[in-house]
Amino acid sequence: MSVVFWKELADHFGSRRFAILFILICVIGMASVYTAAQAIRGAPEEFIFLSLFTSHGGALPSFLSFLSFFGPLIGVMLGFDAINGEYSRRTISRVLAQPIFRDSWINGKFLAGLATVAITVISIILVILGLGIRMLGFGPSGEELWRIGIFWGISVIYIGFWLGLGILFSVVFKQTTSSALASIAAWLLFTFFIYMLAGLIADQMAPLGPKSGPEVWVKHGRIEDMVMRISPATLFAEATRAILIPNYRGLSLAAMLSEAEAEIPTNPLPIGQSLLLVWPQIVGLIALTGVCFAISYAIFMRQEIRST
Amino acid sequence: MELVVETKNLCKYYDGVKAVENLNLRIRRGEIYGFLGPNGAGKTTTILMLLGLTEPTSGEVRVCGHNSTREPLEVKRLTGYLPENVGFYEDLTARENLQYIARLNGIPDRESAKKIDEVLERVGLLEVADWRVGKFSRGMKQRLGIADVLIKDPLFAILDEPTTGIDPEGASQILKLIVEMSRERNMTVLLASHLLYQVQRICDRVGIISQGKLVAEGTIDELGSKITGQSGSIVEVEVSELTPDLLQAVKRIKGVREVESSGNTLRLVCDGDLRAEISQAIAEKGGTILGLRGRIPTLEEIYLRYFREG
Repeated sequence: MSVVFWKELADHFGSRRFAILFILICVIGMASVYTAAQAIRGAPEEFIFLSLFTSHGGALPSFLSFLSFFGPLIGVMLGFDAINGEYSRRTISRVLAQPIFRDSWINGKFLAGLATVAITVISIILVILGLGIRMLGFGPSGEELWRIGIFWGISVIYIGFWLGLGILFSVVFKQTTSSALASIAAWLLFTFFIYMLAGLIADQMAPLGPKSGPEVWVKHGRIEDMVMRISPATLFAEATRAILIPNYRGLSLAAMLSEAEAEIPTNPLPIGQSLLLVWPQIVGLIALTGVCFAISYAIFMRQEIRST
Repeated sequence: MELVVETKNLCKYYDGVKAVENLNLRIRRGEIYGFLGPNGAGKTTTILMLLGLTEPTSGEVRVCGHNSTREPLEVKRLTGYLPENVGFYEDLTARENLQYIARLNGIPDRESAKKIDEVLERVGLLEVADWRVGKFSRGMKQRLGIADVLIKDPLFAILDEPTTGIDPEGASQILKLIVEMSRERNMTVLLASHLLYQVQRICDRVGIISQGKLVAEGTIDELGSKITGQSGSIVEVEVSELTPDLLQAVKRIKGVREVESSGNTLRLVCDGDLRAEISQAIAEKGGTILGLRGRIPTLEEIYLRYFREG
């Protein structure tokens, strides 16, 4: 399997489309961090390095929203032609006629994709940290580093989901174009249309009127949240928010209301508590990624390999 | 004699359609076996079952003593496979493509580097070893495919349509290569093809498959005489002067079934090859032979015959 892994890894880093996307993400990431740093300079905060990732300045959104937006593209791009590309290049029967198990081939491909994602994300993070140190004149604290490390892990799992989805479509569809289109459709659905869908379902189950009491509002909000959490993009947003913003207390309506009404200055949570807060989201992301890959694995193992 | 391939009542159905039915194939060590049949006859399906890449519906396959269905890894270690329309990673060089295959076969890089040069030289691609395969012509890719088979030193090579889509010169180069590698390494070769003329030149034995069934098997001579046994072989003789006496003498030869004459040319239908007897009989009557043409059935005729029947 390691042979497949290294070959695929080399392929990913050598490919032109990867280079293009990587440069794009690097430039956008740095630009957003730069504006964030400009904004932060005026009002110093406790966790200044973390806020480099989350705060936005002017027209540019934060690095976090960039990652939740472009992350899926990286994942899909690495996965969408993993299997059907081998069919259309007619290399599949030649490679599978070598003494390797079929599963070590698809596993090697998935792991190589995941490693590519991990390396990409960590290098962008390091670039941002370096930029931050240069601009602010001091380094991040130990806790900040830990939180950034966890953020890195969550991002890799999140992009890993999209990689798994891309591989799934590459197994299901024979044409690379159809799998690419299907992946993009899924990305649009989970990133944009899920809001509308959540609102629609919540309106149906708990209709809001001028006379509805607070319980109905709460119920409406809960249903909306539940539907939204089908989407890995929501899970990712919630999980990373808690990790990168230590003051963040939770996602429940009660927590938000009390914060807004009382305007009590909140103390940051310790890292363990932040992690505990979003543990369900993290597990959900891992499960989604696992399910995606497991389905493609199961289909691929039964697939006929004749190329004609 | 050691059997490299042995299948017993091999069957494969796709959604109830019979792709291969009760196939009993036996290929001996060191043979070049021509596996013939029209498109869709079940050649590729059989090959995939030999390699353990597709599971048979019923029956058993053994390659080099290993059961392909249960021990595919052992079989694939000993067998080289050149698929029909072979494809390579176009962004990698010829050398890198071969190195990947060598690594998948567990050959350490130290050994494979030397071996890659060796096989590339063998197929005449050493000068372009560092080109990207995307720039290769069809014939070069096919030769690279043969290098790809040779890199693992197989006991048994399966070549699926190795010469389709290649110009005649390239095709004959490839065929020469196949014969040489088979003889040098005592390698068994299964050559699946529908290009009969080429198969006829290099195969020791052929098997003809039609609609999933093996309809004929044997050397080309054996298959030919089987057909002439039924319909007779044809000899055309041109003599300087055709006398009635001569005609009688020819008709009396044992095994001659029919004689037709037109001008000074005789057309004989006989059992087997009787050219020696015919020329002797004519000489005894004082006739002079200007031309004598025996028509032994070509593989093409054999092949067409079996398909008409099958």
